[in-house]
Amino acid sequence: MTNSDAGAAALPKNPALSDTGPLVDEKLVLWYFLASLAYVFIAMMAGFLFSLQFLQTYPFEGSEFWSPGRWRFVHTQGVAYGFIANAFLGALHWAVPRLTMHRVLSTKLSWFIFFAWQAILLATVAGVLSGQAQALEWGETPVWIDPVAQLGLILVAFNFLTPIFKTKGPMYVTLWYFIAAFIWTPLVYAMGNFLPEYVIGGSAAGAIGGLFIHDLVGLFVTPLGWGLMYYFVPIILKKPIWSHGLSLVGFWGLAFFYPLNGIHHFLYSPIPMFLQYGAVIATIAVELVVTTVIINFFGTIIGRGDTLRTVLPIRWFYVGMIFYFTTCLQCAFQVTLTFQKIIHFTDWVVGHAHLVMFGVFGFWILGILTHLLPRVMKASGWYRPRWNEWHFWLTGIGMLVMFFDLMIAGLIQGFAWRDLAPWEDTITSSVPFWQLRTITGTMIIIGQMLFMANVVLTWKYMRVPYEHPAPTPTPTPQDEGGAAPAVA
Amino acid sequence: MFESKAGVLLVGGLGFFVLAFVVMALIPMTIYYGEPEKTIDDLAQDGILHEFTQLAERFPEQFGKHYGEVNYKSYGEALELGHKLYVGEGCWHCHSQYIRPVSNEDRRWGPRSYAWEYQNVLQRPVLFGTRRVGPDLIREGARKSNDWHIAHFYKPTSVVPVSVMPEYKWFFDEEGYPNKKGMAMITYIQWLGSWRQEYPYWNGEGPTTQEPTPTPDETTVARTNDSVDHESTIDGHGGAG
Repeated sequence: MTNSDAGAAALPKNPALSDTGPLVDEKLVLWYFLASLAYVFIAMMAGFLFSLQFLQTYPFEGSEFWSPGRWRFVHTQGVAYGFIANAFLGALHWAVPRLTMHRVLSTKLSWFIFFAWQAILLATVAGVLSGQAQALEWGETPVWIDPVAQLGLILVAFNFLTPIFKTKGPMYVTLWYFIAAFIWTPLVYAMGNFLPEYVIGGSAAGAIGGLFIHDLVGLFVTPLGWGLMYYFVPIILKKPIWSHGLSLVGFWGLAFFYPLNGIHHFLYSPIPMFLQYGAVIATIAVELVVTTVIINFFGTIIGRGDTLRTVLPIRWFYVGMIFYFTTCLQCAFQVTLTFQKIIHFTDWVVGHAHLVMFGVFGFWILGILTHLLPRVMKASGWYRPRWNEWHFWLTGIGMLVMFFDLMIAGLIQGFAWRDLAPWEDTITSSVPFWQLRTITGTMIIIGQMLFMANVVLTWKYMRVPYEHPAPTPTPTPQDEGGAAPAVA
Repeated sequence: MFESKAGVLLVGGLGFFVLAFVVMALIPMTIYYGEPEKTIDDLAQDGILHEFTQLAERFPEQFGKHYGEVNYKSYGEALELGHKLYVGEGCWHCHSQYIRPVSNEDRRWGPRSYAWEYQNVLQRPVLFGTRRVGPDLIREGARKSNDWHIAHFYKPTSVVPVSVMPEYKWFFDEEGYPNKKGMAMITYIQWLGSWRQEYPYWNGEGPTTQEPTPTPDETTVARTNDSVDHESTIDGHGGAG
């Protein structure tokens, strides 16, 4: 299954495919990726701005429109629904037709969803900046946008499930994850955006809120992310996944245990204690499942370890996987009641969230973008492969340092609070960590700007006329340092 | 089942999700089913806050313009708007509203949180919060005077020099008086915890707003104490009233 090459090579003819248009709408993939890059920039700038507030150097102090509290919404919403969702939708438009050999339900619908999604995002930004947010992390989307976004997610599911259900015979791992994600995402969105707002209040709504924040990561981002890894890693390495059995364990373990985790966000809260215990146990079970997936992927790369050095997308993917294992291992400890006493409410959690959303899924997306962007731009290669190396190292080091920085800050805050240190002292002792956080954030932003500049210049100088096949990559003076072109 | 479309969709996708929803969401919903959720009117009928009346006395002109008279209706209106602002400005990103029974939290913030305290419309969606950059607020009501809050919202560093809280200048009109939003916000904050017997919870420091008028001698003493008011306190709001 995995040997259906993702390259520009002609795909086997599918008799079921009518002869109008190509299998993959590459223009749409490109547009999704560009939208994703635009939002990662906006979201990161919002995060940078917000971090300045912690240093008492906010440039627009006292301005209603620039209120740091509102721009924090832009940061989290922009990352989840702008950066990650756009990039995933683009990658899905690339992967699903290739895996199923069928086009998505309708190309027109795909384009409609693209523009509708961007409109939803812009409306969300406008809404939260005018102070209409709701009080649920990642569910802040103003109430009047929720039904539209819900409808959009259902359309996305239909658009992709149609080609998947046209296939005959057994499915590849990626498609298990995708099917589940298309069912889970609309359900999770409905649960988090309508129940706590209209149906239920109080502590029970806290339980639902916990499920929502956790499921959005676990049942929307995670399955799509892993699905794409199961697709891209074997294709780029040109070898099959190490163990089919472990793939099964990974998927079914995630499907069973992940939805049970949510309440671990509110330990020691007024939510019934037996549910809190249940969530803790289910979370630790998830970490065991995650370990099997990680083993599976590291088993896959055995014998091709050189690609970590030479093939940049693979390096993004595997560093992301190491971060994934790190956050999950961290989670197995931090979810226990013992750790919660200290680290809850501290910067530890902020570091954890950054490592998961950006260090893992962000890295995978950047790997996919590095791999696919020249292709969907019909370019012969990256304008400056060297810049992509800088992009990786600035982002990677920035992320790693930020993670440790916030983790240590969290421990210091947690212990100081427990020991009844004066509140002001716990703020002053956090300031150096917040300063370092801003510096690492700046590194990450510079990395992304370099990448975006590379995209623009590649578009300008590296595109080959459409009629001609892409020339075989030959070393050019631009390949300083001999970094392999991302497009092998 | 494990690799078929129907198995993945119905068991993995739908089935496990529904199972988790029943266990982790429906069970708590049924547990608190009998606990009625208080409406704004119920909350207003619980009694108008002293601090709300104080705002009317202090700023009669502005209060009259925005809220008219002190009554249940205007009080409920202020609470509702204050809550909307608390949510819309993202206050809940940096201020939690629940006190855990661990880590000495009951010594720092006050008695720990109980489920019934969240059964009202101003906890919809519930404002537990996930991060404490600033202090927990569920027992904040009446610990600080209105004046303190006015100064603090206008320029937090004027009362807590190390504070990283943003300035909320749009809670004030051109002359610097709290406007409708400002009064609503202060009413909402002062209301937090007012449903408890221990209200106002002073953290062992004694009252900050309702001190008996000091005799001349005591005034001198109080002034001397003022000079150390900026010293840190464990609840993070430096200094008395």
